[in-house]
Amino acid sequence: MGITTGPPAGPASGVRQALRRGRAGSRVGTRAARTAPRVGPDGRRRRRVELTPYLFLLVPVGLLVTFTYVPVMNMVGYSFTDWNGISKDRDVVGLANYARIFGGPEYFEVFFVSLYYFAASFVQMGLALYFATVLSFSTRFRNLFKGILFFPYLINGVAIGFTFLYFFRPGGTLDTTLAALGLEALTTQWLGNPDVINVSLAGTSVWRYTGLNFVLFLGAIQSINPHLYEAAELDGANRWDQFRWIILPSIKPVVTLSFILAVSGSLAVFEIPYVMTGGANGSETFVIQTIGLAFEMRPRRVGLASAMAVVLLLFVLLITWIQRKVVPDEKVNLT
Amino acid sequence: MTRTLLGTAKYVSLVVASVVTLLPLVVLVMASLKTREEFQTTGPFTLPTTFTLENYATAFTGGRMALGFVNTMLVLGVSVAGAVVVGAMTAYAIDRFEFRGRRLVLGLFLVAVLVPGVTTQVATFQIVNGLGVYNTLWAPILLFLGTDIVSIYIFLQFVRSVPKELDEAAMLEGANRLTVFWRIVFPLLKPAIATVVIIKGFAVYNDFYIPFLYMPSRDLPVLSTSLFRFTGPFGAQWEVIAAGVIIVILPTLVIFLALQRYIYNGFTSGATK
Repeated sequence: MGITTGPPAGPASGVRQALRRGRAGSRVGTRAARTAPRVGPDGRRRRRVELTPYLFLLVPVGLLVTFTYVPVMNMVGYSFTDWNGISKDRDVVGLANYARIFGGPEYFEVFFVSLYYFAASFVQMGLALYFATVLSFSTRFRNLFKGILFFPYLINGVAIGFTFLYFFRPGGTLDTTLAALGLEALTTQWLGNPDVINVSLAGTSVWRYTGLNFVLFLGAIQSINPHLYEAAELDGANRWDQFRWIILPSIKPVVTLSFILAVSGSLAVFEIPYVMTGGANGSETFVIQTIGLAFEMRPRRVGLASAMAVVLLLFVLLITWIQRKVVPDEKVNLT
Repeated sequence: MTRTLLGTAKYVSLVVASVVTLLPLVVLVMASLKTREEFQTTGPFTLPTTFTLENYATAFTGGRMALGFVNTMLVLGVSVAGAVVVGAMTAYAIDRFEFRGRRLVLGLFLVAVLVPGVTTQVATFQIVNGLGVYNTLWAPILLFLGTDIVSIYIFLQFVRSVPKELDEAAMLEGANRLTVFWRIVFPLLKPAIATVVIIKGFAVYNDFYIPFLYMPSRDLPVLSTSLFRFTGPFGAQWEVIAAGVIIVILPTLVIFLALQRYIYNGFTSGATK
């Protein structure tokens, strides 16, 4: 199966199946109880058996609730107040924070920056798909090319930020390359010009993430039965036909899933613009603004920041819900 | 004819992509080997004439990267080991027992995976602060453990593939549940453990915002935050910053070259949670 040794379904679908298996599971449970060491006369043994799952889950569920559910609930609570994160008292302001976010361009405008990253995810998918297809056929230095294309995904985000600060700096790598090609006219302040800054940053994001998509697609393509190609060739199909009628249908679920992940990712962009520009020159994203309001501004505006985070969370949940509708779990069979 | 033309186009595109991928890194390596004067007087594509490692020494000591490295390894070791044990235990409990609240627990984990961590930091901060672990190494460790849902998914898959008959046989021999888990099931989860160690290891090594937000103290750098602070003291000293970047990337490269196959496997099975 594919290129991994894992079991045959995506982890998420596994959980779905586990949910569905609820009843089957209970049968197993009773069987286990029957074969378990027999109960002592005082019934202590049985009680201990029943306690075991709770003991196993104490720490994981405790951590999960403390660091995911409590923050989400608190955040919703804060979002209706004007709390500054420090003082003891806070006033309930109702929907005022939300009204401020949606009321004018000041806070909402950062969403438009996401459109650059959204557009970039098309480029990213296209490149990944092209190279995955090309490298699924026999190619010289195949593993070398695969390694090179994938490696950026593994690199530390701060290191990538600095790498591209150097790449885009005036008189830096990009400018020198353009000059060598006789394209000086294109040279601009790549990270200073508000018209191109988001293109530069989204380009950096493509450099960073294409490798992951590429490897996912390649894995999916390689799990296609090779006899299909042979049969198609006997029928006179050329490479394009093979791509169009064999490869594309087989990997459609993975591509759709990756694409939707890229969409929710483009809403939550933080690291690259924060490290490279700190959100200056029109490159501020929604998350940078939220973090700024909650952590850096004096006084902190935790109430407003929470409302923004709630809005972002709702957007992401909406997109994920659409994903579950469009791509049923069972069809994503990557590994 | 078209075949060879297509073949050539394919290699040309692959070579171009490789150059675009590697160029930003190669010029950085070159910059890191230049002396200050040489860096200022030469272009990014000029090869260094004197191979000096001085910038690496400056970055490593002046940039507190040595301390950052130690802290990163501490956080990484504890979080990854914790993620493996916690993830495997959770998966075992959910898969092997029928108990009141099982569906609720499963549902909690299922829904939590949808919440992107970076959105809840506003409120998570108050929790971390309230627990008294702000500005300690425990903050990232607890957060990496507490928001670790992907590992649980991966382990669930594998626990299910371990036959239940093994558990039952062992219990007939008188083993208790913990022994069954620790001696029988856990060792059979090796592929899942490898996957989790790889995904989690890279995630912790590369993470920036958790240590940045929760360990702002200058005396508590991890690699990411020590590198991030280069912008201050080394302002425009690109040859030193370049060396710092390479120091951070080098371990990643070595691990990648050594464990390529496992890394591809790990990320394909983990990425689509």
